[in-house]
Amino acid sequence: METAADGRPKMGLGTRAILLVEKVTKEPLWDCRMCGQCILHSTGLRCPMTCPKNLRNGPCGGVLQNGNCEVEPDRTCTWVTAWKRSRRLPLWRDHMEHVNPPVDWRLEGTSSYINFATRRDKRVPDGWRASKERAMTERGARS
Amino acid sequence: MGVHPPGFITGGYNSRLEALLRAGEFVVTAELQAQDGGDPEAVRADAAGLVGYVDAANCTDNSAAHAHLSAIAAGHLAADAGLEPIVQFTCRDRNRIALQSDLLGAAALGGRNVLLLTGDDVSAGDHPETRAIFDIDSLHLMRIARTMRDEGTYLSGRKLSSPPSIFIGAAENPFAPPHHVRAPRLAKKVDAGAEFAQLQLCFNVPRLRIFMEELGELGVLDRCFVLVSVYIARSVRGIRYMRDVVPGIDVPDEVMARFDAVADAPRERQTQEGIAFALETIAAVREIPGIRGVHLISINGQAEIRRVVERAGLLPRPIAAV
Repeated sequence: METAADGRPKMGLGTRAILLVEKVTKEPLWDCRMCGQCILHSTGLRCPMTCPKNLRNGPCGGVLQNGNCEVEPDRTCTWVTAWKRSRRLPLWRDHMEHVNPPVDWRLEGTSSYINFATRRDKRVPDGWRASKERAMTERGARS
Repeated sequence: MGVHPPGFITGGYNSRLEALLRAGEFVVTAELQAQDGGDPEAVRADAAGLVGYVDAANCTDNSAAHAHLSAIAAGHLAADAGLEPIVQFTCRDRNRIALQSDLLGAAALGGRNVLLLTGDDVSAGDHPETRAIFDIDSLHLMRIARTMRDEGTYLSGRKLSSPPSIFIGAAENPFAPPHHVRAPRLAKKVDAGAEFAQLQLCFNVPRLRIFMEELGELGVLDRCFVLVSVYIARSVRGIRYMRDVVPGIDVPDEVMARFDAVADAPRERQTQEGIAFALETIAAVREIPGIRGVHLISINGQAEIRRVVERAGLLPRPIAAV
């Protein structure tokens, strides 16, 4: 799929149709916030963008002793739910350990299905890629 | 692998704190009082009072979402007074551009240690109506800091003229749910670039033991220096505040009962109990394999910090060759 000059996916009629399907299914099912770069497989199918701090890599240190969110104390922490559900998943269990890259905010409101199909959601800044390679080498070095 | 994490390419030490940890010393850090004014002397005086008692001191970044004198400025002033700073960064108030800019600024002004955090939400502070940023999370920031130092580039890939010399730290809270996630999460942070960790306040030593065992099994203790925070309560009210108001703090009932027993005693007796508890906690955590230092926190209690360091037998502080 083509992308506009500013890196945002183009919004043709077909794209809008897919977006509509995605919105009406994912929003009620996963409380999806349409970040456009879905990582539900590494969060036990709990949308990480429901976390008030937008955490993509696990719970913050402020989770209350009852497992509720410190910002919204009347509900369970997004990551407490994510952890519990990930244990019940038949696959992707170890995807909880993935280091998820920073959010590309240009994709907010676009279709993650299309971004997945075109691999647009895999695009990361050059510096992120370089450091990932270094981290992999280190991991390899110690095992 | 020993105690030397890989990926250290600058040849020397980034900071005094790093030199001490790599030399195998049991380190002591403390938290400086955040200042609500523009007087440099206030920071210098606070820092000067800890010189010789702690190896480095944390400069908080608008803690609990309350504005204070900036952490980078405080770190610079502390260094001025002869105390090495650990400059804290949260992701709450700045996007990735500002954070990278400030990492360079901190390093240029003597902030050789950085502690990279997500940060409390704005709802915890006195400006709850403001917009929280949370563009990236703390783990992203660790990898970005490590990229800047070791790859010599910004996140974008654009080259730096000189990489910042910084020792990179993370926080973790072993005492908050979901407990099983805590050790793997610190492992993730170490993979992302953290070289030392300061854990949340410990009132629950058995829970800390389990966490440290898990870290050992994950191979994290060979790659990360772990310090645990110890609270020096100056009053029973102070410890109740920690339990009831600060999110993520676990004060077990038996610990609270011990303080409740002196709740009606004079203030000095309450402080005495706080100091005794801190000393017992320090003695207990020193026995746990992998604990490489303590981080002391006492609200407006600099004299108490000095007393605890002295009575815990942690004086004199070692001299670091950087």
